Amino acid sequence: MTARESARCLGISLEELEDWQCCGAVFPLATDAIINLASPFRTLASAHQAGADLVTLCSGCLNVLRRTNKLVAADAEIRKKLEDFVEMKYAGERKVFHLLEVLRDETGFDQLQKKVVHPLDDVTVAPYYGCLLLRPAEDMAFDHPDKPVIMGEFLRALGAKPVSYPFQTECCGSYLSVSSVDSTRQAASAVLKSAQAAGAQWLVTSCPTCLYNLELAAESLDEPPRLVYFTQLLAHALGVDAYLEENGALAKNVMPEVN
Amino acid sequence: MKLSRDKLKSSFLQKVAEMSGEDIASCYQCGKCSAGCPLEAAMGILPHRALRLLQLGCEEEALNFDAVWLCASCHTCESRCPRGCDLSRVMEALRMIRLRGGQSPVHPQEVDEEILQRAPQQAIVSCYRKNIS
Amino acid sequence: MRRIGVFVCSCGLNIAGRVDVQKVTDAAAGIPGVVHSENYKYMCSEPGQNLIADAIRQKRLDGLVVAACSPAMHELTFRSAAKLAGLNPYMVQMANIREHCSWVHRDEEQATAKATDIVRAAVEKVRRDQPLEPTRIPLTKKALVIGGGIAGMQSALDIADAGYDVVLVEKDATIGGRMAQLSETFPTLDCASCILTPKMAEVARHPRIQLAMCSRVTQVAGYVGNFTVQITQAPTYVDWEKCIGCMDCQERCPSRLPSEFDRGLGKRKAIGVDFPQAVPNRPVIKADHCLYLQKGRCGICEKICPVEAVDFQQQEKVWEEEVGAIIVATGFDVLGAEAFAEYGYGQYPDVIDSLAYERLNSSSGPTEGVIRRPSDGEIPKEVVFIQCAGSRDPDKGKAYCSKICCMYTAKHATLYRHKVPDGQAYIFYMDIRAGGKGYEEFVQRAVEQDGALYLRGRVSRVYEEDGKIVVKGVDTLAGENIEIAADLVVLASAVTPRTGARELAQVLKVPADQDGFYNEAHPKLRPVETVTAGVYLAGAVAGPRDIPEAVANASGAAAKVAVLFSNDELENEPLIAAVDESKCSGCLWCVPVCPFDAIEEKELIERVGSKEVTRPVATVNAGLCQGCGACSVACRDGAMNLKGFTNEQILAEVEALCLMTGSPE
Repeated sequence: MTARESARCLGISLEELEDWQCCGAVFPLATDAIINLASPFRTLASAHQAGADLVTLCSGCLNVLRRTNKLVAADAEIRKKLEDFVEMKYAGERKVFHLLEVLRDETGFDQLQKKVVHPLDDVTVAPYYGCLLLRPAEDMAFDHPDKPVIMGEFLRALGAKPVSYPFQTECCGSYLSVSSVDSTRQAASAVLKSAQAAGAQWLVTSCPTCLYNLELAAESLDEPPRLVYFTQLLAHALGVDAYLEENGALAKNVMPEVN
Repeated sequence: MKLSRDKLKSSFLQKVAEMSGEDIASCYQCGKCSAGCPLEAAMGILPHRALRLLQLGCEEEALNFDAVWLCASCHTCESRCPRGCDLSRVMEALRMIRLRGGQSPVHPQEVDEEILQRAPQQAIVSCYRKNIS
Repeated sequence: MRRIGVFVCSCGLNIAGRVDVQKVTDAAAGIPGVVHSENYKYMCSEPGQNLIADAIRQKRLDGLVVAACSPAMHELTFRSAAKLAGLNPYMVQMANIREHCSWVHRDEEQATAKATDIVRAAVEKVRRDQPLEPTRIPLTKKALVIGGGIAGMQSALDIADAGYDVVLVEKDATIGGRMAQLSETFPTLDCASCILTPKMAEVARHPRIQLAMCSRVTQVAGYVGNFTVQITQAPTYVDWEKCIGCMDCQERCPSRLPSEFDRGLGKRKAIGVDFPQAVPNRPVIKADHCLYLQKGRCGICEKICPVEAVDFQQQEKVWEEEVGAIIVATGFDVLGAEAFAEYGYGQYPDVIDSLAYERLNSSSGPTEGVIRRPSDGEIPKEVVFIQCAGSRDPDKGKAYCSKICCMYTAKHATLYRHKVPDGQAYIFYMDIRAGGKGYEEFVQRAVEQDGALYLRGRVSRVYEEDGKIVVKGVDTLAGENIEIAADLVVLASAVTPRTGARELAQVLKVPADQDGFYNEAHPKLRPVETVTAGVYLAGAVAGPRDIPEAVANASGAAAKVAVLFSNDELENEPLIAAVDESKCSGCLWCVPVCPFDAIEEKELIERVGSKEVTRPVATVNAGLCQGCGACSVACRDGAMNLKGFTNEQILAEVEALCLMTGSPE
């Protein structure tokens, strides 16, 4: 909701894919696990039928869809199997974007900056990239795998002060929060502590699982950075959240208070 | 440990190589993957040892290498490996062989209700895909 | 009718292991024109060569087929043997039944049949061979050495001492190269300056060595014995003829810039020398940082120079030198910051490379030899050395081992302990490669006497936390991850060819490998030669080398040059292209296809009836032609032919291969 309204505000039209389904959440790594590609393949093929590229708001979806897209474009054998199974034709014609990429390449961060009505007033925000946006680098081709900059630039456009910290690309523990809570807590705490040490007031992410894991870890820390999803910041800065709230579309202001 | 030709040429090793798509022999055990692994502490063992067990043809030990359930497929290892050997994929292959053999470290009915309430779908789906046969 | 002898070599089991050499010998005996055939275990050995010489004399052979290895291996050997026995060496043909046959086939019967076919084809070629005589060309007994590091200096000195003139081209303003940056040297801990600077002075003083400083080789034309080399000299803005080296200019210059010589750890002036012992001891102006050259202000150096040597108008200078031989000694660089994002190189000032560490150690360096970390000048108490930084990393760095890092890192740790006795050095390594005289003992001393802690494994991440550089690595021997909060991290960055080495290779027409290191003519038997006659290699231009190896190389290359210069004329390989002028239509298609620019147009004057007419034809420069044969393929008239490989000969060989059944019967 926040993303679509924000995009509308920036002149980008985002259509929700009709009949979408879950991408499968993880990209299958075994070479013979082709069935697990059916779901992302179907999503990609549907977008192709609708005549549009795909935009995701989630690092995980981006990871699965982009890698699947690359694989079906490159591997005719796998493509054939998927086409036969899903009964849709698709050979990687479409592109898959993360909303951040659209903001950078289509809108332009300088243009975004001009549309900001509630600048984030120099709040120090730690960008958290985690794994899925960046790795494997040759598949994702998202940003420099060790020194990414896109979130920092995004935050700067919104008027925030991005802080650099060593753990911005470390793993939060991912889905282990379901099967092995302690190991996730350890990994996610390390991320939070690193951001904290760098003086971050907030920490921004673009993956729901990261957000959840970090929230879990934050419970056992003193004054951890406040955790936000990047679309929340976007909507707030563009003044879209207030509008949504007034119209009853949002239950409450999702933004944390600026200290 | 006893080594033999048969042990080093087993069909199991071939299967792992095929499923992972990785060349097990390419690993020279520098340990860079282990050094950067964010879950290594939870594993209690250095993950690059899985590759060594495979190089030595130790099927049983490799299939009992429980650290595979703690690999988050974060690809940090892959991103730094000097030999272009993707340990995440080797871990996946070992996991898949065990899952297909009927082993499941996670049972949906045993997952904490609170986690199911709070965790995003993404985390739950991912976990089930990686851990349930 | 030719009287041809066929000599089949077993090459131990290299050939005989797969090919029945007796069958091949017997089959050869049945080929028309073959009057002698025999085999021997090692035809290239002295008894083998004697067999050939005896047969030439006794059976009056006038053509030889040696069925053995590749001509690249032993063609010269057998040609020489034939020549000694009185046969024209170009009447010898190798039939390669090793690389082309026994090494690549499994089935003995088929391999034997193929070997027989190869021999038959060779016999058909020899049947049509004509005796060839080399042409003789004069040579210039003056050498060009490119690069003034330890290898280039050694080559220049050896050649000059042998009595020949040398032009030494150096891109920097001082000779000395990488070695001048080093503090001490392994495994003896000699001070690098103590052994290098006297040599630098010797080079500068030598009457037969002419230095071309701040210069590059920009064009090379000609061939062995007769190269014309274009040298381009960048402006120094100081007239070195007038300059007396008082360095008042350097003293008074207000503009400072990071010193490249000190790996950015110290500052230098816009006018001055790289280091006080520079040779020649003459200053240059770094134009990008000179206030006068950039903004037209200042000009202090010009005003205070007692001999009016500063010349802001100086221009680039280009000139040509005639030389007979070229030695390339351009040395090495190390991988740059972009390769080590996970190690924070270029991001954290206290993560430095090994050359920077050498400068910290050097008594003439930015800290006068005291180990201080760059960020705050504190003396580091925990230092982590990371070996194989970019080496042995085919995925993200270089696939090869850089060879020198194990030793210099042991040296770094040793020197560190000598200077900071209460400090601790950690070394992440993969394998310690200490294969040299006294090398292993040196490493063990670093461990036992100087307390270096070796950790077997790579480092995954380096980052800053609480004013420390956190190093996350592994010790695979303990089976534990290792975390060290260090004060200084030193990367043993991979050795690479000098920037621009690839471009120079093109200028010299010398092939380089995928990493840019120059290829030797033969990796074992001709390690200082290249496939381009007259161009030799010394030092790290051909691969990572330590000092003793580079010096040995350099003397080897110099010896090759001295041997070349001991001739008053050079024999030119006669296997070159020749034009049948009566057939040549003058289309000159051959000119653009020639990779060596060896073909030119010439006016042929002919008498037609009572009139003289001129028409253009192609002509081949015997000095430049390398006998590749591209022109003979391109020639539509069949006028261009490669001597020793004429169209007729090659077709006869092909025909022999096509018609033969392959069965020895």
